[in-house]
Amino acid sequence: MNIDLLPIITGIFVGAAAGYIGSFMVLRRMALVGDALSHVALPGVALAFVYSFNPFIGAFVALFIGILIIWLIESKTTLPTESLVGLMFTFALAVGLLITPEEEIFHALIGDIANVTLVDTAITVVLSILVVVVMQMIYRKFVLSTVSSDLARSSGMSVSGVNFVFLLLVAIIVALGIKVVGTLLMGALVIIPAIAARNMTTSLSGYARLSSLIGFASMLAGILIAEWFALPAGPIVVLASSAVFGLSFLFRKS
Amino acid sequence: MDTEKSILEVSDLKVELENRVILENVNFSLNKGEVMAIVGPNGAGKSTLFRALLGLIPYSGTIKWSNEMRIGYVPQKMALERDLPLTVREFLKLKSENYKSVLKEVGIHEHILDHSLGVISGGELQRVLIAWALLGNPNVLLFDEPTAGIDVSGEETIYHLLQKLHDSHELTVLIISHDMNVVTQYTNNILCLDKQMICFGETSEMLHTQKYFQHLHEH
Repeated sequence: MNIDLLPIITGIFVGAAAGYIGSFMVLRRMALVGDALSHVALPGVALAFVYSFNPFIGAFVALFIGILIIWLIESKTTLPTESLVGLMFTFALAVGLLITPEEEIFHALIGDIANVTLVDTAITVVLSILVVVVMQMIYRKFVLSTVSSDLARSSGMSVSGVNFVFLLLVAIIVALGIKVVGTLLMGALVIIPAIAARNMTTSLSGYARLSSLIGFASMLAGILIAEWFALPAGPIVVLASSAVFGLSFLFRKS
Repeated sequence: MDTEKSILEVSDLKVELENRVILENVNFSLNKGEVMAIVGPNGAGKSTLFRALLGLIPYSGTIKWSNEMRIGYVPQKMALERDLPLTVREFLKLKSENYKSVLKEVGIHEHILDHSLGVISGGELQRVLIAWALLGNPNVLLFDEPTAGIDVSGEETIYHLLQKLHDSHELTVLIISHDMNVVTQYTNNILCLDKQMICFGETSEMLHTQKYFQHLHEH
């Protein structure tokens, strides 16, 4: 069997980084934000197909505009973030579905890891590492503001600034993951490893690392199984991480 | 401000949120080492006063802290999920790697360090939050209802702990409390609020002269 390494390298880096960032999203009850944000990327991906540029760039620009609008509305109103994301997500999905070329809609929705280029892989490796490094830099502020916004602010931390950087990291990971599992399934890459890890750990460091490891392992297993059976990788990766989630109940922390 | 003694002076403090007055006409001053209770019914603006003193919300009027002020803040309670994957050790390390220095002082046993913050008892969480505040080496402590959600025996211990810390660190302490026995036993001054300042003065004097305070005391 001839195994193409580029999809595997791309997949495991984005899987590990998405698992890591996802653990913090679940910690802050933002799991559905990741899911919804991936749909916000669709118009950008669609424009990339129409004008033949890298879909990652299209996705990231659409996401960046999306999170900027959410962050601005969030700072100005008391509307809950989830409802704002809900609005952005359905709006973007509607626009995206209208402008995505019909022959590309399937790849846009469930991903196309088999056709990654060397450039895609290089971008994914560099940005995945960058996302994890930046997350570690804002870790202290992020965790404290998650536990208590008042404690964080009374310690002189800018909660709003940390939130924006975090949303930016989420946007990068979602844009990277869309190539692998598509806009429809991207939420699974950030949610499932995190909730599986949460079942099994009590410490934050253990939780984030295990979530990253589950993201990495389910991506590797999913891509290999998909290649073996000539199936699309995206859905198989999601099934693999769902299986790990099921197994996590056997190792529940006491 | 008499810089020798005074640590906080508040004058004409007014807090408005979304065009609604939450608190107004608040005037008081506090000397170093004093313990002041803030009392009043629910919604009186007690926590709002703390948030203004901490600089967390916009206000008009003046809040003047002395230059050497270092505030430690113990929030009322935190809505923590039971399965929050954050241990007591990890929480304290967010503030300082040197967290072990305060454990003994606040009565935290090492064995709870690896427990999740979401599963420890209310009394233990309160001690962890006090430890957190002490890690900043404060000379002023702000306690928002230090005993909310703690049983009576636990409550007494927390107040003994506060008393001990006050004595050993020469702390100035501001406490929001509903418990009048505690207020009369542990504090020098009382500030009564009900969307505005109702009264302010020395505890012993207030007990006998202020009708509003007597009303609170009876309830």
